Amino acid sequence: MKRLAKELGPPIAGVAGLVLVWAVGAAFVASSTVPSPAEVWSAFIRGVSNGTIPEAAAKTLLRLAFSSVMSILLGTALGFGLALNGFARRSVRPLVVALQITPYIAWLPLAVVWFGLTERAVVFVAIVGAFPSVTLATISSFGQVPPLLKRAGRTLGADGWHLYREVIFPAALPGYVAGLEQAWGFAWKALMAGELITAGLRATGLGQLLQRSQNDVPMLVATVAVIVVIGVAVEYLVFGAVDRRIRRRRGLIVGG
Amino acid sequence: MMADRSQGTATLLDDREGSRPKLAVERLVKTRTSSSGRTLTVVDDVTFEVRQGEFVCLLGPSGCGKTSILNILAGLDEPTAGRVLLDGDPIHGPGPDRAVLFQEPALFPWLSVVGNVEFALKHVGVAERDRRARAMSWLQNVHLTGFANAQPHELSAGMRQRVALARALACDPDVLLGDEPFGSLDAQARELLQNEVQRVWAESEGRKTFVFVTHNVREAALLADRVLVMTVRPGRLLEEVRIHAPRPRNLDDALVARVVSEIHEVLMGEVSKGGAP
Repeated sequence: MKRLAKELGPPIAGVAGLVLVWAVGAAFVASSTVPSPAEVWSAFIRGVSNGTIPEAAAKTLLRLAFSSVMSILLGTALGFGLALNGFARRSVRPLVVALQITPYIAWLPLAVVWFGLTERAVVFVAIVGAFPSVTLATISSFGQVPPLLKRAGRTLGADGWHLYREVIFPAALPGYVAGLEQAWGFAWKALMAGELITAGLRATGLGQLLQRSQNDVPMLVATVAVIVVIGVAVEYLVFGAVDRRIRRRRGLIVGG
Repeated sequence: MMADRSQGTATLLDDREGSRPKLAVERLVKTRTSSSGRTLTVVDDVTFEVRQGEFVCLLGPSGCGKTSILNILAGLDEPTAGRVLLDGDPIHGPGPDRAVLFQEPALFPWLSVVGNVEFALKHVGVAERDRRARAMSWLQNVHLTGFANAQPHELSAGMRQRVALARALACDPDVLLGDEPFGSLDAQARELLQNEVQRVWAESEGRKTFVFVTHNVREAALLADRVLVMTVRPGRLLEEVRIHAPRPRNLDDALVARVVSEIHEVLMGEVSKGGAP
């Protein structure tokens, strides 16, 4: 309990400070441009009670989960294949690097041409934005497995598939998970951009809610806040937690 | 030529007429291509045998190819020419019949201390329900039962190498190969491990054959029945020194001290030769 207070204290103080600065600032500016925290809170409550925020958040989270899982499957399969074959790696890896540094939003018009203003276009952009990170992390995490551990595994009788399952995969895990963490972030950002642009869809997401709330500034801010909170929660509670757990177990980080 | 040994049950085996060597290295050559594309001869025409139950140290300065020989014995590397035999059969690939203690402990960081030992047991076919108890007894053997559930990074360097020893022994190998396993330890931890290795070897009563690589003359004199002194580049066998000092040995033993100075003389002669144009 004490440790939890010690860990959560500073970030809570940070958020409180931000809200304070916001409240003071909002007092001096027209509420049509910068609404006060109280106005945003009531907009949030309104959005929750009439169901628009929970519905949009659920839709968006579902898309996020789907595109993250697809990116991980696709990225891992490609990365593993490239890790195994030197020629394929040298020829395909540069293309994946190119894909990773290309802003995902650049694919959106093309996705709309291919899939129309549909959910598919949004998810396509999220996957294209996220899977290269998984592929590159998979390749580099296999490349960084210490040769000594492979040798030790082999002298202890682990060979072939056993060597992969019991030595190489676990040794590669920290680098791989770091790649997943990066990938979900890309998927999340791409998803928001995609939703924002495909706001005409019947199915609403948080991005589409943003687009439709343009005349309701408190609601706009409340939606942004929900997006921020979801991002932070997924980062810390899912990927960050897994990552820290693995690293702490192996002594790669000390303390928190 | 192997008949003048003095004590231990191993002697009985050695003296058995026509008994096959445990390990045989025949005219072994190992070359390597340097980064500039030149071919370097790392091991040049090395021949020796190791009897069952013997403790042999390959001694030489760094770059003498002793680690290459050990890697080939372990099956982690292939000879360029010549043969390496285990029980009369050519060695193909590594296996738990030849456990290796590396310079670094090479523990798996995702497994606990006892998990590392269980890893070895699993691959020699010990049933899952028996593994924990067996692993604990191997840890007891190196006095680390109190750290069974710790992660390797929580242990000192010496303790980690003792876990590696327990893990290697858990395979119940016929041969234990050591690649300067105490090289990176402080003096105290090194002495402790040298004693444990001596004890483990003695307790095997001639069933286990140990081949260790070292550049440390005192270590070789402390551990080995026989020291094979090597020259540097290309690595060749220079001299064979037999050690009859009783065990357990101590570096202060007069006999051990005499062997140390004897080997030093051989090595110094070699170094001064190497310095000549």
